[in-house]
Amino acid sequence: MNKDLLIYLTITCIKIFIVFGVIQFMIISMIWFERKIMAHMQVRLGPMRVGPHGLLQPIADGIKLLFKEDIIPEKANKFLFVLAPVMTLVPALITFAVIPFGDKIKIFGYSIDLVITDINVGFLYIFAVSSLGVYGVVMAGWASNNKYSLLGGIRSSAQMISYELTLGLSLIGVVMLTGSLSLVDIVNAQAKIWNIILQPIGFFIYVTSAFAEVNRTPFDLPEAESELVAGYHTEYSSMKFAMFFMAEYANMITVSAIAVTFFLGGWQGPFLPPVVWFMLKLSGCLFFFIWVRSTYPRLRYDQLMHFGWKFLLPLSLFNILITGLVMVIKG
Amino acid sequence: MVEYLPILILFIIALGFAVTNVILSAIFGTQKPTAEKLTPYECGIDPVGSAHERFSVKFYLIAMIFVIFDIEVVFLYPWAVAFQSLKLFGFIEMVIFIGILFICYLYIWKRGGLEWE
Repeated sequence: MNKDLLIYLTITCIKIFIVFGVIQFMIISMIWFERKIMAHMQVRLGPMRVGPHGLLQPIADGIKLLFKEDIIPEKANKFLFVLAPVMTLVPALITFAVIPFGDKIKIFGYSIDLVITDINVGFLYIFAVSSLGVYGVVMAGWASNNKYSLLGGIRSSAQMISYELTLGLSLIGVVMLTGSLSLVDIVNAQAKIWNIILQPIGFFIYVTSAFAEVNRTPFDLPEAESELVAGYHTEYSSMKFAMFFMAEYANMITVSAIAVTFFLGGWQGPFLPPVVWFMLKLSGCLFFFIWVRSTYPRLRYDQLMHFGWKFLLPLSLFNILITGLVMVIKG
Repeated sequence: MVEYLPILILFIIALGFAVTNVILSAIFGTQKPTAEKLTPYECGIDPVGSAHERFSVKFYLIAMIFVIFDIEVVFLYPWAVAFQSLKLFGFIEMVIFIGILFICYLYIWKRGGLEWE
């Protein structure tokens, strides 16, 4: 019994370190890809100086930020000011714990699930943890003692909680079809047909809400440079600023991974190994984020709130009723 | 409960990573504070008044509506899991539930709770 537990923990730790490393690597490469893709979409070259085609640019940026002066404004609430980036980054990094990124594999006779942990309330875990991120944003806005930060923080929290509703509602259709909150079950249930075909409205609502939830264009109101400077992280510098950035990218990776898991069949796919399929789909979703950013202008705040409350919310309730109706008729 | 252990490990690693970042920048960053540098940023002019002023009541309203609706959403999760075995009974129950929710939603809308002008 004890030996089993030890093996389990060892395997788990290895999985955690691999996943953690991969996420860090993806964050760094995402920064490069975003700058590069957006540059090419705007007929520019983007970073070119550091390394071939600017490949080492994110690392140079990281080192630069590390050596920058770490300013804590005099009137700021110091404790909350330091706590806020931690509160934002940690939930962003631990949401990935329940997302399956591959099928079972066998190594040395041990069967290993390619998911850090498969808990039966995985779905609830994701929502519980990802909604903690909003605390970091509010704290950052309030603790900075800066008007722009406060406005950015409040706007951001109102936006995040509004779209969190539709985010949660959009996935209920998938849960109804699967009958389980475990993400491994949800992926396994999509062996024949992906949920995006059965739940097109749900997918649309999810994608829209996900953009708002991670504060990306066209819903990047909290960071509207033209009116709020940099929003809730106006006063942050050095690595604390970098942490907000990392959290944003980690959140983007997580919501993309959830989209892949719930709607795009997870790691399922022909010919290629499951992990490769998962990474391909994830990269596709991340590219979509960048694509949208360079395509759409920013919405106005009242438009944003109206869209969430007056259109997406009734639509997601309607989606649940339609899903239920079809399931009852089909038996 | 053993399946929750990995989450704890991941949490500790993530927390360690975040705290290390904060400490590293405190060690390596230059520290030359001046009085101007430590004032809140306000487009280059001296800050006017306190930043912790009153702000629009709309935001409180949205937060309150959110709490109500979020609880409704939480009620929907167990129902969605059990839906395949509940069948028509579950569906009718949920139509009534969402119906009541929808009437409240319309009430909020009509009273102007969702307006931002």
